[in-house]
Amino acid sequence: MLAKRIIAALDIADGRVVKGVNFENIKDSGDPVELAKRYVSEGMDELVFLDIRATREKRKILSDIVRKVASEISIPFTVGGGLSDLDDMISIIRNGADKIFINTYAVEHPEIIKDISDRIGSANTVIAIDSMFIDGKYTVYIKGGSNNTGIDTVEWARTAASLGAGELLVTSINTDGTMKGFDVNLINRIVENVDIPVIASGGAGRPVDFLEAFNAGADGALAASIFHSGKCSPVDIKNYLRENGINVRL
Amino acid sequence: MIAIIDIGTGNLSTIERVTGGKITIDPDEIERSDKIIFPGVGSFQYVAEVIKPIREVLIKVIKSGIPYLGICLGMEMLFDSSEEGIGDGLGIMHGRIKKFNGIKTPHMGWNQVENLMDSQIMDDIPDNSFFYFMHSYYAPDTEYTAMKTDYGRYFTSGIRYRNIYGVQFHPEKSGENGIRILKNFGVIS
Repeated sequence: MLAKRIIAALDIADGRVVKGVNFENIKDSGDPVELAKRYVSEGMDELVFLDIRATREKRKILSDIVRKVASEISIPFTVGGGLSDLDDMISIIRNGADKIFINTYAVEHPEIIKDISDRIGSANTVIAIDSMFIDGKYTVYIKGGSNNTGIDTVEWARTAASLGAGELLVTSINTDGTMKGFDVNLINRIVENVDIPVIASGGAGRPVDFLEAFNAGADGALAASIFHSGKCSPVDIKNYLRENGINVRL
Repeated sequence: MIAIIDIGTGNLSTIERVTGGKITIDPDEIERSDKIIFPGVGSFQYVAEVIKPIREVLIKVIKSGIPYLGICLGMEMLFDSSEEGIGDGLGIMHGRIKKFNGIKTPHMGWNQVENLMDSQIMDDIPDNSFFYFMHSYYAPDTEYTAMKTDYGRYFTSGIRYRNIYGVQFHPEKSGENGIRILKNFGVIS
């Protein structure tokens, strides 16, 4: 039976891991490859690398990080952040990433979803959606959460899926960084409206948060701080999930 | 020499490192190789198009009996055709690759593999181990079905016919057990 996935997010800037990092126990803490290796040894199912500088400063993702991770890590990883060019996306896959994700550019140019999924395969094409619950509705935000598009999140999720997205990575801006739990209502609404896998993101702080995301229908749950800080390891969370009837890879 | 077929997409570095194979699309090198690994990422029609120049030589060396390991699309390409799009598979095995129906697609993530027959590539790997899947299409059940996986219902997740092996999942992305498959394939003679 297909297992629910625990996924770690690594935000990268200038080749180093940033955001909520508190590494007391590992050497060279900000090195993405070292952190990735630690996560793999702790039973992580998958990794997502977000180049946070790429969107703001229009910079391309550093291919050498992708190559290095690919040569040392034997679990799947997804790469994104500011991607807008088909050749760049192919190049990331070519350098060893398993999937790419597109966010802002896909909202502005939805047809790219079909182009990229025809080329690299739908299963390798992830659409990242940043959503804010505002004025009583879920709305898509772009450009790192700074621009309100006015687009309904569930509608956009349906469109992305119909154009060939193989997976949706859905971040709630409301819950992101709070460590008080995922936005389970948002996740549930999206899961009910698409027939592709959905990854919940934003707000994980305790093992029970993952349980609630999976009970809401998520196929994977992504987190950063809870893992970076060493507060919980993937194995801790998976043991808890298994005790509560969720199928996980242990 | 193990030839790792290069179709321009996909992460070949782990396979190259573990097996010591050579990444190539050159027909002469493929013809001279004594093993083939075909790791396919992309769409069926794209891959069918890319391998046109090496199609005949691939069929020839596979039929000559050298060990072949097809991964994901590299397994699907062994068959005649696919619902995914136009283009010819290698036709080594007969049947048409089908799309999942009535269940969340792609089938994405870690799922368990049950062995139905002895398969050297699975040596020292516990039955029902988890491997990483990332696909929307799957091979028909045949007498060569060597592994099965439960996704809503059972489907063929691995095949074996003599020295021809195929796995729908990605050993290069499946941690220690996946690496073991690549190593096992490396020592098959």
